[in-house]
Amino acid sequence: MKPLLEIADLQAWYGKSHVLHGVSLTLMPGETVALLGRNGVGKTTTLRSVMGLLSNLKGTLLFDGRSLMGMPTHAIASLGISLVPEHRGIFATLTVEENLKLAWRPSSRWDLASAWNMFPALEERRKTYAGKLSGGEQQMLAIARALMPGPRLLLLDEPTEGLAPVIVERLVATMRELKAAGLPILLVEQSLDVCRAIAERHVIIDEGRIVWSGDTQALEAADRIVREHLTLENA
Amino acid sequence: MQGQVILFQLLNGIGIGMIYFLLSVGLTMIFGLMRFVNFAHGTLYLVGAYTAYSVSLLTGSMWWALAFGPLAAAVIALISERLILRHTYEMPHEAQILVTFALALIFQESIILIFDPLAKNVPVPSLLSGIVFIGSFVYPAYRLAVVFAAAVIAILLWFALERTRFGAALRAGSESTEMVSLLGINVQKVFMVAFLVGGGLAGLAGTLSAPLRGVEPFMGSEALGVAFVVVVVGGIGSFTGALLGGLLIGVVQSMASSLWPEGARLMIYGAMALVLLVRPAGLMGRS
Repeated sequence: MKPLLEIADLQAWYGKSHVLHGVSLTLMPGETVALLGRNGVGKTTTLRSVMGLLSNLKGTLLFDGRSLMGMPTHAIASLGISLVPEHRGIFATLTVEENLKLAWRPSSRWDLASAWNMFPALEERRKTYAGKLSGGEQQMLAIARALMPGPRLLLLDEPTEGLAPVIVERLVATMRELKAAGLPILLVEQSLDVCRAIAERHVIIDEGRIVWSGDTQALEAADRIVREHLTLENA
Repeated sequence: MQGQVILFQLLNGIGIGMIYFLLSVGLTMIFGLMRFVNFAHGTLYLVGAYTAYSVSLLTGSMWWALAFGPLAAAVIALISERLILRHTYEMPHEAQILVTFALALIFQESIILIFDPLAKNVPVPSLLSGIVFIGSFVYPAYRLAVVFAAAVIAILLWFALERTRFGAALRAGSESTEMVSLLGINVQKVFMVAFLVGGGLAGLAGTLSAPLRGVEPFMGSEALGVAFVVVVVGGIGSFTGALLGGLLIGVVQSMASSLWPEGARLMIYGAMALVLLVRPAGLMGRS
């Protein structure tokens, strides 16, 4: 089978600082992969590189066999990749419904009804300005909005960051639902529990390089790796 | 001042204010969206006014002028955005100011070369050249028509901003253009349309004001100053702010010109200073 997303020897720079030193990662159709690592090791940069948000890149980026290198962000998004960025990026001065409608496309299999169906709490607040939502609601809105264009791949950047445990549980359930529906997900997470609950394959990144990858069972066994490359607080 | 005089100056102020709104709304949108400082914005007002003057001279009809003034300004806004300005979005504000200021000077000097530096009159459309009785009060029909036309455009613009997908993209873009592009929307196209519409409206402001104040080559730089005052008073990036700011500045200018004609310009800046003392982010501004 052909990989849906193929990242090979990806190098990236922010100005003069070299942040990715050859990241390689593949994601097969239907697969959920977790990208783990401490703060500042290149997780977010990897996702942003896929979306064409870094101007200085080297290496290979293929989506469904097609190179993403040099493509503008909106064109990459239109191919069917949705990113839910860190800190959600919801439009505070737009209503919940406007946030969703802005992302919708005629070709999409998602619509407002399916968004309300998945997130009933959002429907109750459809006319509310998104800036007035709670953190958990904002994260649901960010995910719902990312689904509106009908993506073929969902990139999630720390979706559970800063949220209360009950909300995290709710989000994990949502991600499992999406996974069950066959939507491939590349998840950046600091919480090992969340990764174990959702992903079947885990990739650990440190200092801009992939240092380990394996399935959930292997991750349980990889004590030393986890201690070495992930912070103890999050383990 | 007598009651009639006050009413007359108030109505004049509203008319000028609506023109100021049309002039400024593009500037505030473009700054809100792209953080782009456009010192060539007054040029579009200038182009609108001179196109109106030329067309009314050639065709003898102000109605053609009303169509061509905004159109010429919109086309020039679009061409300058595509050819020059879009390459400066990533540059610091100083560079944008230099480039757009140069553009403004080039247009101003070209107008002096093509026409001459002298002020010229532009006729009022024949249909609107009369007066209107409001009770015992007499008022020029054209000035009322300007208020009415600008109000219609303000309502249409409001609908376009609040009720269309393009309007939502524009409002979302003033929060984060990166996030808008992540949703698959081509932000460059949004910028382009914003320039086209904003330029056309500044051209319309120039066209509508031409019969009221005539045309002269330096009206563009004067308009630029007023437009920045309106944008700052109203709050950067705010549509409602541009409307309220335009009306406030228009009324202040009109009232001041009957009390202290020499200081009318100064009073505009006085009003701005007062507003900023009370609301540093402007009337409708988000801090």
